[in-house]
Amino acid sequence: MAELDTSSGGGKKGGKVRTKKASTKVDLTAMVDLAFLLITFFMLTTSLSKPIAMDIAKPDQEDNDVKLELRASETMTILLGKNNKVAWYMGEAGKSAPNIEGFAEIRKSIIKNKEDLMKARRRQLIVIIKPTDGANYKNFVDIMDELNIAGIKTAPAIDDVYIQDSEKDAMRAAGIL
Amino acid sequence: MPRAKVQRKSTSIDMTAMCDVSFLLLTFFILTATARQPDPLEVTTPTSTYKFKVPDKDIAILSIGQGKVFYEVVGQDVKKATLDKMGERYNIKFTPEQRERFGVIGAFGVPMANLPGFIDMNGEERTKYLKNSVGIPTDSTNNQLSEWLLQSRNSVAELHQAQMRVTIRGDGKEEYPVVKKIVDILQKQKINKFSLITSTE
Repeated sequence: MAELDTSSGGGKKGGKVRTKKASTKVDLTAMVDLAFLLITFFMLTTSLSKPIAMDIAKPDQEDNDVKLELRASETMTILLGKNNKVAWYMGEAGKSAPNIEGFAEIRKSIIKNKEDLMKARRRQLIVIIKPTDGANYKNFVDIMDELNIAGIKTAPAIDDVYIQDSEKDAMRAAGIL
Repeated sequence: MPRAKVQRKSTSIDMTAMCDVSFLLLTFFILTATARQPDPLEVTTPTSTYKFKVPDKDIAILSIGQGKVFYEVVGQDVKKATLDKMGERYNIKFTPEQRERFGVIGAFGVPMANLPGFIDMNGEERTKYLKNSVGIPTDSTNNQLSEWLLQSRNSVAELHQAQMRVTIRGDGKEEYPVVKKIVDILQKQKINKFSLITSTE
């Protein structure tokens, strides 16, 4: 590629021997390659390194006037416990024993409950998240993410104040509180 | 008889112009890329599949890790205005030079009383100081975090006529009660909507 001799023939008259002049041109191909590689890198990193935000809305603590009545049969309550375990049940607290699951299985349960409800009554599933003191921040983010993956369109209710005794007992029995 | 000779052309192209352009672009991207300030509080954010990107203005970032809270509000003008308001509130006088310096300080976790001394330190001392710092006090009797939030919200509203978005950058291993305590402070101020910062999976 190096441009050393570009004049090929044509100009030789009378067999005079010419001293060849070394060209001052440098091969820039590699340099351009490198420059474009760096450009690509900087372009991608400037826009990709931005962190992702997950929007959370919590009920107002003082404003108790706004109340939304829900049908118990359409709610799924997920309790976040320690050791990365969750307990979930459908309907009212205390009526059925909560299922204890890990984060790997909870997605299937959410999708199953959602589809069952859709088939039976054509209603959207309402999810209530109750993080307990044993849970860590990652569990909370994970469960919100699972809801997003499962395509729960209704805003989940996040309730960390009213954790009922029956729920606490069930979690204690399973050793995750 | 003269023979018609076909002039052979070289296949190599002159790369000079291309090289110039590419380096110009490279310089531009390097200069516009904002240097990421090192985070004084080590936080590993959990991952998620959300796609919404954090806006780069009119936000406040609360870093939670190791039971401590660090605070940062984005934007030099907002930082300075917030510092003025906080100085008034706690009767601390800041010199114009300290104001200027505070404008470029990133996240910090210093009680109000130590703030002037903290601003006067150089970068290295500051990083060292923050390693052992207790974070911003959040007790109910001396809730400086709440005050910082309130003053920066006011500053953003005055300067940009916008609502400040509060984001929480929590460590994955942080226990939920610690996060709940901070969220309760937000909710006391009627901030019922906020964002959690996560990283991509």
